[in-house]
Amino acid sequence: MVTSLRPKPGPVRGYRFPRFTDQILPSGIRLVTAPVAKLPVVTVLLIVDAGSANDPAGKEGVAALTAATLLEGTARLNGAELAEMFERLGTSVESGADWDSAFAKITMLSERADDAVTLLGQVLSEPSFPEREVERLKAERLAEILQLETEPRGLADEKFSEFLYSPASRYSKPDEGSAQSVSALSRSDVEQFYRARYRTGLTTVIVAGDVSVDDARTLVEKAFQEWASGSARGQQLIATAQTSQKIVHIVDKQDAPQSELRVGHVGLPRKNPDFFPTLVMNAVLGGLFGSRINLNLREARGYTYGASSYYDWRRGPGPFVVSTAVQSEVTAPALREIFLEIERIRSDRISEEELSLATDYLDGVFPIRYETTAAIASALASLVIYGLPADYYDTYRMHIRSVSIDNVLAAARAHLHPNELQTVVVGNAKVIRDSVAALEIGEMQVHES
Amino acid sequence: MRIPVETFHLDNGLFVTLSEDHTAPIAAVNLWYHVGSANEKIGRTGFAHLFEHMLFQGSAHVGSNEHFELIQRAGGTLNGSTWLERTNYFETVPSNELALALWLEADRMGELLPAMTQEKLDTQRDVVKNERRWAVDNQPYGTMLEKMQELVFPPSHPFQHSLIGSMEDLSAASLDDIAQFFATYYTPDNAVLSVAGDFDSKEALALIRDYFGPIPKGQGKPPLPSMTLPPVFGSRLREVVPDNVSLPRLFMAFRSPIFGSEEYYAASVASALLGMRKGSRLQRALVRERQIAADASAFTFDLAKASDLLVVDVTARPETPVGQLEEEVEREIDLLYRDGVSDEEVQRAIALIETDLVASLQSAGERADRLSMFATYFGDPKLVNEQADCYRRVTAERVNELVSERFGENNRASLIYVPREGVESETMLAAAAGAN
Repeated sequence: MVTSLRPKPGPVRGYRFPRFTDQILPSGIRLVTAPVAKLPVVTVLLIVDAGSANDPAGKEGVAALTAATLLEGTARLNGAELAEMFERLGTSVESGADWDSAFAKITMLSERADDAVTLLGQVLSEPSFPEREVERLKAERLAEILQLETEPRGLADEKFSEFLYSPASRYSKPDEGSAQSVSALSRSDVEQFYRARYRTGLTTVIVAGDVSVDDARTLVEKAFQEWASGSARGQQLIATAQTSQKIVHIVDKQDAPQSELRVGHVGLPRKNPDFFPTLVMNAVLGGLFGSRINLNLREARGYTYGASSYYDWRRGPGPFVVSTAVQSEVTAPALREIFLEIERIRSDRISEEELSLATDYLDGVFPIRYETTAAIASALASLVIYGLPADYYDTYRMHIRSVSIDNVLAAARAHLHPNELQTVVVGNAKVIRDSVAALEIGEMQVHES
Repeated sequence: MRIPVETFHLDNGLFVTLSEDHTAPIAAVNLWYHVGSANEKIGRTGFAHLFEHMLFQGSAHVGSNEHFELIQRAGGTLNGSTWLERTNYFETVPSNELALALWLEADRMGELLPAMTQEKLDTQRDVVKNERRWAVDNQPYGTMLEKMQELVFPPSHPFQHSLIGSMEDLSAASLDDIAQFFATYYTPDNAVLSVAGDFDSKEALALIRDYFGPIPKGQGKPPLPSMTLPPVFGSRLREVVPDNVSLPRLFMAFRSPIFGSEEYYAASVASALLGMRKGSRLQRALVRERQIAADASAFTFDLAKASDLLVVDVTARPETPVGQLEEEVEREIDLLYRDGVSDEEVQRAIALIETDLVASLQSAGERADRLSMFATYFGDPKLVNEQADCYRRVTAERVNELVSERFGENNRASLIYVPREGVESETMLAAAAGAN
């Protein structure tokens, strides 16, 4: 027989987020270095303030296309040669743009870091943006958009943003652009975007891993010598909601065995004074396996494989979303439970047990999040992108611990808005529309997919 | 670069591997049960995976879902996964909570059945059916794994049936079936327990003896039916699947040497030079140069018995007819078969694989999982430290031998997804057939 005595935790062993240095190089590039000597691996993550939120109206997708096309050729090498050279060094560059930054990332064995970073410098400072490759990457993006038509999860996410934000908001359109905007992009759009935003004053290089601060500095200074200096203002972001009324959008998918559900409203910007209470509140609501929404929909009722909620943290107010996929027949009862859970966490205090589940988890899991050089680099990137204080990771656990039950209630009341909830259902309209209409969770609009 | 590995055997047959690393206060517990969908009986498919769910429903001293709650409360992460040959369960926890993770695993290995109820089974069956709808039925190309298994393994071969199981079999699973399957396979002598990270080996081993030691040895498991397969299919296999997808996509499979064999590493390098990253052959030729594909990659299943599979995966661009997709992929494979590979390509592939190997060992969970894998399949967790060398020994000559044995026309199985609307167009069907 296995002993019935539950083990008690041993004494906690201390942990500190890796020490890092933060300096501005003479070129204007900001360099953040975290020497971590566990294994002979280095990650270099370069971020430029050239994310999709900076796409000019009508040119949605240009930030992503620019970041991707960087790898398609320089003054000296074509795209195939570049890929070959990086890969012979045992690495490959991942580049792209998210809402708040463009990035290029490589992880390699430390003995090859010198050559790989030199090559990365060339990619960033002298891209040639060949016409043929711009057109190819556009075509590949269009193929991806076409794929979404038959991919219910991605389609639901995209439709949710489209119906949530005002059409003037950059957030209402996909970060990599729509079929219409991408088709219209040209090589010169890419080049113009590059010239406007890829500047030393808007760039941070993050080096994490088996490397010293001095070596990282020498390496980065050498690799990024010739690059446009200076800075530039970012574009003003509009992030208002499309409507203040509750609306239910059904995107019809005949024969769909499940309904993909998204319920939510415009959330909060990443940098806000209620970040920690809101994070803990969401963990209780839908952020953990043991959260209310998942236990209710999955474990109590068996409606779904999983249900969760999250705030999509961005510089601007990204969405708050509850996301799940349920068997078509139970679409209406599942939506009812989601609405009830949002009401419930606003009306009553959560229990001590619920609070401690969330805070114990977020506090305890902290060291596990930063086991790899890639994860450490990405954490440091968040500091830069959102302008968080240098001691953010040193005080994170204390901030989590200090959230109280009353803080959670206040965050729920301030940052969950039941009267503004937008609902998107990608599913079989014929099967679900009457029962969903009976819920009275907003005016119903049915769309062809 | 080598990680420390210690091994122990408990009297009840439990194989224990430990790997200390004190760089961060983290410990990973990883348990491999040597049971997968291959051990299921026809008519009872999906059991190994259904078990993955039932093992979180409580045991003698742990309530339903309490396993999840206790680990998350401790600040840990956890999950499980199921494959054709094995099932694994794992937790990564702050190192001062190692005892908790070990105890939870022991409690469910030793005493799952007292906590099992019809109600829990019914709920989890519904959850799994929804997992199937989500990941398989309502997902483009989601049926790939089960269609591929059906296409490339002969009927009644243990690898032939669906891993997640059919809706019918899931409905038919009874509490008795569950109890019997558990008693047969979830025993200490059919498991490997690995712990990696920040702990003292002596103390960890003492805990393991305390918690797992009292669990009785199993009665032995029924032998698998003969798994042996010829090295090649013998003829060309091909299936067209009209489905709710936007773009045609071709999965071309080759029988290849089993995981861990000397030839496996040559096959793995062949797979990487064909489809790993942008500099690979298929990416260069089909995506970049000829622009007929939106994406291309290649991978191996890593099966340690019978025969492994190497799979090439190419998605067409919208304007590429499915017939052309198939022809051009065939042409690339023919070219490889006829002319072989260069030393430069082999070195590129090995360099990429080596970086991935080292980078993945940064995580305690990955280290523990690999120790369990090598211990389960080959009885030798120290093989984790031999992998980079095994890859470095691969030469162009060895890859070419592999290619001439395995990439001929008698060893290609094509699974081709085509948009359902496209099927109505006869020209497209004719084109697909013409590529044969």
